[in-house]
Amino acid sequence: MDFGFLSQPAFSGGGTYFDWVITGIKWTMLVSLCAWVIAFTVGSVLGVMRTTKVVWLKGLATVYVELFRNIPLLVHMFIWYFVMPELVPKSLGLWMKQGMPMPEFWSAVFALGFYTASRVAEQVRSGIESIPRGQTHAALATGLTMPQVYRYLLLPMGYRIVVPPLTSEFLTIFKNSSVALTIGVLELTAQARTISEYTFRTFEIFTLATVVYVVITLAVVVIMQFVETKIRVPGYIGTGR
Amino acid sequence: MAMIEFKNISKWYGNFQVLKNCTTQVEKGEVVVVCGPSGSGKSTLIKCVNGLEPFQQGEMIVNGKSVGDKSTNLPQLRAKIGMVFQNFELFPHMNVTANLNLAQVKVLGRSTEEATEKSQALLKRVGLIDHAQKFPGQLSGGQQQRVAIARGLAMDPIAMLFDEPTSALDPEMINEVLDVMVELAQEGMTMMCVTHEMGFARKVAHRVIFMDRGEIVEDAPKTEFFGTPRSERAQQFLSKILHH
Repeated sequence: MDFGFLSQPAFSGGGTYFDWVITGIKWTMLVSLCAWVIAFTVGSVLGVMRTTKVVWLKGLATVYVELFRNIPLLVHMFIWYFVMPELVPKSLGLWMKQGMPMPEFWSAVFALGFYTASRVAEQVRSGIESIPRGQTHAALATGLTMPQVYRYLLLPMGYRIVVPPLTSEFLTIFKNSSVALTIGVLELTAQARTISEYTFRTFEIFTLATVVYVVITLAVVVIMQFVETKIRVPGYIGTGR
Repeated sequence: MAMIEFKNISKWYGNFQVLKNCTTQVEKGEVVVVCGPSGSGKSTLIKCVNGLEPFQQGEMIVNGKSVGDKSTNLPQLRAKIGMVFQNFELFPHMNVTANLNLAQVKVLGRSTEEATEKSQALLKRVGLIDHAQKFPGQLSGGQQQRVAIARGLAMDPIAMLFDEPTSALDPEMINEVLDVMVELAQEGMTMMCVTHEMGFARKVAHRVIFMDRGEIVEDAPKTEFFGTPRSERAQQFLSKILHH
């Protein structure tokens, strides 16, 4: 393997091929992190909604989850990029097609974010529902209101319980961000493909892309392990064995 | 007027009736023990007092307010009634002091300093001041239950409810919890206790209620209950649990 081509000026200008790789990493990170912000916040709200006793809140969240997790991510991307501008009011649609900066980027962020939210919602729900009912009773018995019980007991404990699956979800979002290349986001996989087309160094460039993905996800794993230790409850989860 | 008044409370789970026309009361300063075989509705009954379990018929008056009434501010009412559970139910992610402080700060609006002061006094009282910074998972069952009692007392309650407070404890830890409860009773705290600890009932209870299949079968002053329980079912039950 020879990685010398990376320092060569790119065929169509705009720096070296290595610069293209860097740009790819930048977009992969941006799409993933922005999507994660949406996934985590929207997913948390939906997860909480699914645990409440308010029938319509619960129903609404259930419909969302079943709709969003049962459609392939690729279709989500296409819907946000191609279909959404046709669905919204005409003037807004026109702006989305012509005026909006980086339409492919935002479409990818929304598609990935709202899709992953449905998965996060289920994890948050399972975390909350794994807390014994007696805990809620005890908190209510002290005079806390239900929103306060969520704020001080159910959410802090629920999140702690689901950190391991949430970590997986966070990793998945980085890998799923590669689907954004289908709507033209020049993230890492897209850059690797383009570079391979220009240089025929397919083997090298995809090896490099693989290594970069692994480095990013391993960094996430390390961060999440740190989070896990940080929030560990003495004498409770994860301290036994 | 009684502090806690049960008027014909009935409750169903689907078609199954768990509480049948339960009528009784707890006066201020009174200690009432509720006993009976498992599945007889004792825990359900005591949870109706602060509205943790809804009921379909009857009326529950606590401190002059109707629990079942939609206009009653339940959190406000619950804040005045301490409750201790079979499985302690301390909040595992908070240390002992934080467990005691939470409702004091969030419900009563005390400052953290004020609450901590109160918590420390109560922890001293239940003999756990050295464990103030520990987490529930680091304490024994008996210690956790004493923290739970302190958590209830921290709200300056007008009454305390105990739902089988010693049932989940190892035998050698039962007494440390009962001692705290006896002390409370002797200080004149209004208490309603679901328990099988007949020694505790003998010592401090004013009245004993015996439940079976959702009904209050016997509701008598302590001496009468232990002397000559009228119902056959109560006699059987007593003979079974008093053997050891």
